[in-house]
Amino acid sequence: MVRLYSPEAVEEIRSAAAKWEKEVVPQWLKRLPERFEEFTTLSGIPVKRLYTPADLENFDYMEKLGFPGMYPFTRGIHATMYRARIWTMRMFSGYGGPEETNQRLKFLIKHGETGLSLAFDYPTLIGIDPDDPMAEGEVGIVGVSVPTLKDMEIIFDGINMGEVTTNMTINPPAPVLLSFYVAVAEKQGVPYEKIGGTTQNDPLKEFIAQKSYVFPPEPAVKIAMDLIEWSVKHIPKWNPISISGYHIREAGADAVQEVAFTIADGIEYVRQLIARGLDVDEFAPRLSFFWDSHINFFEEIAKFRAARRMWAKIMKEWFGAKKPRSWWMRFHTQTAGVSLTAQQPWLNIVRTAYEALAAVLGGTQSLHTNSFDEPFRVPSEFAAKIALRTQQILAYETGVADTIDPCGGSYYVEWLTDEIEERAWKYIDRIERMGGMLEAVKKGYPQREITETSYKFQRDVEERRKFIVGVNIFVDEEVEEIRKVPLLEFDQEEIEERQKKRVKWVREHRDQERWKRSLDELRRAAERGENIMPYVLKAAKAYATLGEIMNTLKEVYGVYVEPPIY
Amino acid sequence: MSSPQSTSSRAKSESPLERLERRGRYKVLVAKLGIDGHDRGAKVVARALKDAGFEVVYTGIRQTPEQVVAAAIQEDVDVIGVSILSGAHMHHMKKLMEKLKEAGADDIPVVLGGTIPIPDVEPLLKMGVRKVFLPGTSLKEIVETVEKLAEEKRKREQELGLA
Repeated sequence: MVRLYSPEAVEEIRSAAAKWEKEVVPQWLKRLPERFEEFTTLSGIPVKRLYTPADLENFDYMEKLGFPGMYPFTRGIHATMYRARIWTMRMFSGYGGPEETNQRLKFLIKHGETGLSLAFDYPTLIGIDPDDPMAEGEVGIVGVSVPTLKDMEIIFDGINMGEVTTNMTINPPAPVLLSFYVAVAEKQGVPYEKIGGTTQNDPLKEFIAQKSYVFPPEPAVKIAMDLIEWSVKHIPKWNPISISGYHIREAGADAVQEVAFTIADGIEYVRQLIARGLDVDEFAPRLSFFWDSHINFFEEIAKFRAARRMWAKIMKEWFGAKKPRSWWMRFHTQTAGVSLTAQQPWLNIVRTAYEALAAVLGGTQSLHTNSFDEPFRVPSEFAAKIALRTQQILAYETGVADTIDPCGGSYYVEWLTDEIEERAWKYIDRIERMGGMLEAVKKGYPQREITETSYKFQRDVEERRKFIVGVNIFVDEEVEEIRKVPLLEFDQEEIEERQKKRVKWVREHRDQERWKRSLDELRRAAERGENIMPYVLKAAKAYATLGEIMNTLKEVYGVYVEPPIY
Repeated sequence: MSSPQSTSSRAKSESPLERLERRGRYKVLVAKLGIDGHDRGAKVVARALKDAGFEVVYTGIRQTPEQVVAAAIQEDVDVIGVSILSGAHMHHMKKLMEKLKEAGADDIPVVLGGTIPIPDVEPLLKMGVRKVFLPGTSLKEIVETVEKLAEEKRKREQELGLA
């Protein structure tokens, strides 16, 4: 045990602090009352006037913090962190058809982006083709339309897939999109062991928050585990899952719930994979996470640190993982979309910068910074470039990347890290008692918790207990400024027609025999309960479309309809 | 746009309980049109309307215009509140307004909320959407607008001898 402060020192500081509260503070309060009776974080954690070593009584340095690259990794997963390598600047991007997205990716690479991240349109996210009636009017708007292998070929035209890593924010259709990706990489001559990137592939949070579910919870989890199992064996550099708190937070959860529900999702997946007979050290190093970085600065920093420590404990102590890499929580971060405002939109640049700073001080491995125009539409080049440059300023000008975990040892941040951890464990205990997250999701538990929190937050904004500049404080009456935002313009109808035509062309020009056989084999494999990944890959290579593959799987697994609770 | 006068002037003579009861006579459909899954706003609004006293029906996500029209008629609602955050609002709202007309249900006022760029507001109002709530709109404003539209609809029905 390495106690940071001796009991004598703590006692002395405590009595001095009490004296300060009693003798000094009241005089000041008389002259200058504080702004609120109670200060709280965004998660409702009470914030005291001052933190001192007395708040960290019995704080064991080695147990709570240790060193970067060493268990429990509170201070970071690598021993050198950003001194050796700056986080990956990975901008979530894509819109229109594959041609527009290919151009956007090249634009971002040219301006210094260091990793790719594909945003798909809604039809792709829920696994339907552009000519499906449900896709009408939605093709290419919030991301790129990728219904076939042909589309993926165009996206990566002129981009060496052996040299970049690509995140794909895709869930139920993850096996299909991964297959498209692998097939194109193969065509480019990239060996399997060099294919790097991430599929989000996190089904539980779809039911909890993101709501791009397709299959019911059990088959949804089964399919996601198929992908992980296949990936760790065949494409060892791929992160087959990105266990995501981001959407949970954006749907209305607070920081504590974000940590708790996401880690509970992770626990469920680890159990599922172990139940398949996999060794924990075989897959655990490939699990990755995805967090939101919200606007309550210190709470976010504490959240990242707490989450990292919790996961290390879970992997080592609950699941008995032996490899240090299995204990790592590697994560991507995105600044908070929900914190952006349509009012005075330029201010979003500032919000995003603060949030990005919190993510960096929290030790993220990669980062997406939102563009200021995102309350309206997918970003313009102009806005995306500012967002990317925001990260570059952090990395190269501010010096915040020069020493590791500079907030470590702050009385407040350490206290808050402990507090978030303690509160998150309580949620996890409750979920464990329900039988794990799959059961909790089926009961609607995290869904209801999030609905409550988001409603409470909105009430706090309305009643001005929480402030949003431009929305409930420092409000501009005129909205002219919003009209001046140069939004990205594209002809959606033309793109939808182009995508419909291409999918039709692909259907007409493929080897029909091979295509039909691949889907039949996929259906039979799914019915037998086999791992579907090799069959999806075969079908993708035979130019089966996204919709066709998903429909084949829907026939076997069924579809999910959510009870409309609010 | 200014908030409706009728509610604020009446508020003085009306007790909170009376207000809840009066609003309880109105029924609102909260609908997620299109295929985006962003249901946070729709749920918060549904909850706020319920807390304000209205009877609320929430459709859940991924609704087609046809489904929304059918639900509105079947539930005999006074106002339809649509939430879209996919950017496909122009397409879906045009279709919804057409389908409402076809079904002879275009007397039901429609309001819209979501990530709507300002240049789209005018064309949406021209389609017949009664009010577009931009990001950052307060729940209070939504509740008051819905109340006013529901009142107007009932009043018209009374005048026509339908109520």
